[in-house]
Amino acid sequence: MDLSIHTDVPATARVDSQTHSAPHKVTAQGVDVFYGDKQALKNISLDVPSNAVTALIGPSGCGKSTFLRCLNRMNDVVEGCRVEGLIQLDGEDIYARGVDVVHLRARVGMVFQKPNPFPKSIYDNVAYGPRIHGLAKTRPDMDEIVLTSLEKAGLLDEVRDRLEAPGTGLSGGQQQRLCIARAIAVEPEVILMDEPCSALDPIATAKIEELIDELKENYTIIMVTHSMQQAARVSQKTAFFHLGELVEQGDTTDIFTNPVDERTQAYVTGRIG
Amino acid sequence: MTNSSSNSDIIEAGLARRYRAEKRFRFYGIAAIAIAISFLAVMLIAIGVRGVSAFQQTNVLLTVKFDPQYIDDNDWQGIIKASMREQFPGVGGRRDKRKLYKLMSSGAGFDLQDIYKKDPSLLGQTRAYWLPASDDIDMLMKGAIDRNVVEDDRRVSDREIVWVDRWLADGVIELQFNTRFFTAGDSREPELAGVWGALVGSLLTLAICFALSFPLGIMTAVYLEEFAPKNRWTDLIEVNINNLAAVPSIVFGLLGLAVFLNFFMLPRSAPLVGGMVLALMTLPTIIIAARAALRAVPPSIREAAFGMGASQVQTVMHHVLPLAMPGMLTGTIIGMAQALGESAPLLMIGMVAFIVDIPGSLVDSATVLPVQIYLWADSPERAFSERTAAAIIVLVGFLILMNLVAVIMRRKFERRW
Repeated sequence: MDLSIHTDVPATARVDSQTHSAPHKVTAQGVDVFYGDKQALKNISLDVPSNAVTALIGPSGCGKSTFLRCLNRMNDVVEGCRVEGLIQLDGEDIYARGVDVVHLRARVGMVFQKPNPFPKSIYDNVAYGPRIHGLAKTRPDMDEIVLTSLEKAGLLDEVRDRLEAPGTGLSGGQQQRLCIARAIAVEPEVILMDEPCSALDPIATAKIEELIDELKENYTIIMVTHSMQQAARVSQKTAFFHLGELVEQGDTTDIFTNPVDERTQAYVTGRIG
Repeated sequence: MTNSSSNSDIIEAGLARRYRAEKRFRFYGIAAIAIAISFLAVMLIAIGVRGVSAFQQTNVLLTVKFDPQYIDDNDWQGIIKASMREQFPGVGGRRDKRKLYKLMSSGAGFDLQDIYKKDPSLLGQTRAYWLPASDDIDMLMKGAIDRNVVEDDRRVSDREIVWVDRWLADGVIELQFNTRFFTAGDSREPELAGVWGALVGSLLTLAICFALSFPLGIMTAVYLEEFAPKNRWTDLIEVNINNLAAVPSIVFGLLGLAVFLNFFMLPRSAPLVGGMVLALMTLPTIIIAARAALRAVPPSIREAAFGMGASQVQTVMHHVLPLAMPGMLTGTIIGMAQALGESAPLLMIGMVAFIVDIPGSLVDSATVLPVQIYLWADSPERAFSERTAAAIIVLVGFLILMNLVAVIMRRKFERRW
């Protein structure tokens, strides 16, 4: 397995390297996750390049969602969940003492499997993040943030004249784009997506995929997906999880056309999963 | 495939039986509802029929002279008596005169006093006023005392009936709307007794009960459900809260007596203490309902808020609590309705006393509607039985009003997700 560990590189060299090659935004080293006595993830080491889409694939229950939720410490609220190992965001240990979860989650946004807009208006949904983090001083500032976020999420044209309508009244695909708009309203650096299209029809899925492709210009995206076609379509990097282990990671094209591990080959060709 | 066709035959043969069972089950359900509704209807009609007559009171148009002779002595009932003597000049002898005077309520004089206080220029003048008749005459007018019964078995004598009949012939006696019932406090005389004192007492007591139990209950539920670690201690607390909900209410009354009255030396019979005792009783109900409401909030909402970087308090305050609020309000209103109907614990802290004055503050002596009903039901006067039923009507009306407020509040807070 090819593991490039960039944390050993001096900070200056790291900044330097950003101009040349894609630097690693998120790195995980030897991450173990336990739910009570049960080990869900075993020794995961993964590097995530910035401004690219990294897909986490694997059969159900393989731990890919668990890993994703470690990256913004959503597992903190799960009773009996323990995370060991090192996870770094821009070279900083996110599980270190003194790291503020609220701040971390503002930097690492999340979009969930099932669209979960708040039972509030479309405007308030998007404005919620900036509001709690105090990002907008005045009402026009807030309007600006809300409109640009909706624009970036490709939803503005559909909801421009009904921003005060409830977010829960939108269609499934629109709701998911609203959730994406909500996530990018606080300008995160990384967006985690946990099977963002699994509850959507093919047309809505296509729209979201298109959106993800555009978003990678400004954000680092890590997405869990069940669909290998989706991983192949939208991601640049792919990591294959199996039974709590990270079996293989690399460029998406390599994983799908030239997998090294047998299990990866079996999975991408549809023999296991 | 002979097998499949025979399967289909078996299914078809059983269909009729299945539908019969379904019909039967539906019938049971409808029958249960019908029986429940008929019980409710019987209860409401019975109370309504008994109580509705208390909303009227027999008044007599009496011509009275504000004679300085009586006013100087502060003998207001004397004015009434003088008027009566004038109307029925033929009545002589102490016993007959006393009977004559008893046609009018002993409160009629106080009414005159109130009228005079408002307008002292009436001194020496003669005016006609509608004044309350005594409870026995009231009962006679309403038909609750039967004229055909032998005189000895009747509370109203033949002579009194003759006088009343003369008034009837003159058109100076009639049933009028009983304002006093809604504005007065308790009284030994049924025709002077009202529910306002008990209603105000109930309101003050419930206000204290709500002010204590709602915030305490909600905070407890939110902490236990959202913040507290799940361990042996929180389990123990949960079990105890559930047990408290099943403790007989009189035990809370004893607790109030021992702790609030004897230890903290708080005033007896006061709505303040009554509210505190009822709050203790209501708390478990509210906590249990509020926790259920919090648990019913979909976890996806919490995840969404956490994912946005909301702190735990923000998540609860901005998202979970508003969504749980309708359920919490339902629990609260059930608890409040219970508290409104409760009398046993209040007996223990002295709210059963005979209190004529309308309570003006939280530490004044007061009684509450259920206790007032109990007191009246216990009174021997015939006229109190209709007042008991009328007070129940007021209590039920109050309850319906409370539930209405709850429904409106629910509507306001309810949101789809």
